[in-house]
Amino acid sequence: MDRPDPNSSPEPSRDEPLRQEIERLRHEVEQLRRGQTEPAEAAPPENGAEPATVNPAWERVLLARHPQRPTFLDFVRELFADFVELHGDRRFGDDPALLGGFASFQGRQVMLIGQQRGRDVKEKIRCNFGMAKPEGYRKALRLMRLAEKFQRPILTFVDTQGAYPGVDAEERGQAEAIALNLREMARLGVPVIATVTGEGGSGGALGIAVGNRVLMLENAMYSVISPEGCASIMWRDADRKQEAAMALRLTAPELLGYELVDEIVPEPAGGAHLDAAAAARLLGEALQRNLASFESLSPGELRAQRYERFRRLGPFFTEA
Amino acid sequence: MTWFRRERKPLTSVPDKHVKTEGLWVKCEGCGRIIWKKELAENQEVCPRCEHHFRMDSRRRLELLLDEGAYHERDKGLRSTDPLEFTDLKPYRERLAKAEQATGMLDAVIAAEGKLGGRPVVVCVMEYGFIGGSMGAVVGEKITRAIERAIERRWPLIIFSCSGGARMMEGAVSLMQMGKIAAALARLDDAGVPFISVMTDPTTGGVTASYAMLGDLNIAEPGALIGFAGPRVIEQTIRQKLPEGFQRSEFLLEHGMLDAVVPRKQMREFLIRALEFCGVGMAAAERAVAQAG
Repeated sequence: MDRPDPNSSPEPSRDEPLRQEIERLRHEVEQLRRGQTEPAEAAPPENGAEPATVNPAWERVLLARHPQRPTFLDFVRELFADFVELHGDRRFGDDPALLGGFASFQGRQVMLIGQQRGRDVKEKIRCNFGMAKPEGYRKALRLMRLAEKFQRPILTFVDTQGAYPGVDAEERGQAEAIALNLREMARLGVPVIATVTGEGGSGGALGIAVGNRVLMLENAMYSVISPEGCASIMWRDADRKQEAAMALRLTAPELLGYELVDEIVPEPAGGAHLDAAAAARLLGEALQRNLASFESLSPGELRAQRYERFRRLGPFFTEA
Repeated sequence: MTWFRRERKPLTSVPDKHVKTEGLWVKCEGCGRIIWKKELAENQEVCPRCEHHFRMDSRRRLELLLDEGAYHERDKGLRSTDPLEFTDLKPYRERLAKAEQATGMLDAVIAAEGKLGGRPVVVCVMEYGFIGGSMGAVVGEKITRAIERAIERRWPLIIFSCSGGARMMEGAVSLMQMGKIAAALARLDDAGVPFISVMTDPTTGGVTASYAMLGDLNIAEPGALIGFAGPRVIEQTIRQKLPEGFQRSEFLLEHGMLDAVVPRKQMREFLIRALEFCGVGMAAAERAVAQAG
């Protein structure tokens, strides 16, 4: 009875809101056609709850976490012709939060590593919201060593709230897995280009981001702790997350200013979630250019360049 | 009418039986016993009854560890410039000034050189009293320089961690110190110079997920909290109370994450023994030359 019938035209007063709703949904579907998501998920959940004044840093946080923002697999689909996923750490299991595999990129063979945050609820649960466990980091290291063995460059895509903080992850050595990746990535003899595409959450992000170059999408964020976590510790009030977001200097332009990242990859107007194809094109151009710049370097030179890059990070001290 | 009447003694509140001990006594967190502070100090800050290891001042630790308690401090003058101009409820600068006053140090680590069992070593000891032993740009730089000196001189490296992790007030700058130190440790490893990581209570977050877990030997004091995520964060994630002993040294040992749990009073002997196996620094190089010749 309540179902609208497009052919009949009951009283316009009842029909009009429905028509508007259909029109709105159609518009949303149009926007979402790349991101196979139910329209119900379209609006960021914070929309209603947020106060009217949103500070610029918090705005970036919302964009970086936008449900329609392209995920690792979206970039893979848009940019790489024939991705072959490789599974497992050969120790414990296969982590669906941190994926990897080889693909070709404009005629080059490359290894891809990235956190998969998930799009719809089902996928999000399956890939643990992009929060990897030790087996994920160990798989990533295994695949990076594979790439090194066959002299193939490595492209990593960072998009995680952080490494998974759970009992099983602790039992299997989350800290050790990340630590080992940091050390071993530092001495890989092939080019490593890391890109923070969405949320760069702390050690869990850095665990795949020790690159010769570290790129950051315009609206991505990269931080030592989430604004919520910082607010609840430093302000003792998780609701002060907007202030914390400002204080942490987690936006791409700020991090470029501190020389912690090397390049900002522009996004299409309004953000990557509005046009995944355009966002991927812009990222592809940056990856191509950066890969080309390392082509002539020997393994030793690549190691030395990466070492120097990290060695000079954060010279923010005086010396008496 | 009752034959027997219970005498009603009114419940009087016992007045505060506070005796001013002027901080001469301390209650053991392990067994609850009240210990005379002097007795505790003489026992290397370990409870004489239950062997509970109290947190220890970084200078005291160096004195107890090294031959004749002698060490030479390096990069003492490094001081944070507050790159983010971070202010929460209090400006970071104020927190730094207060920590400096409390500890007499400019940041949360002492980088030292000294002798251990007659062999020269590079030792870094973190100070929990300085903003929770957190790692910012200064800690990152001091440890990196210590690693570089260890490589250059071929002296073994020992790091005593005692830290809540990366220092939030320096944001991504402190996060990147993890990468910087790990890269330096890759070079140390390439050079074949031994690194022993000693974890003390607590060692969590970005410190555990970088250098603390990268030792040739990873050892810990008994009962130390060691982990990636702090217990409160995990409890919030899984919405359950964590079992007793979770993330303690013995738990990590059981799960294969530590080479050994070493009581404080045996630490010096253990390290000397371990470095003997590693064949240390110049002594090893000289031996190699002698064998070649």
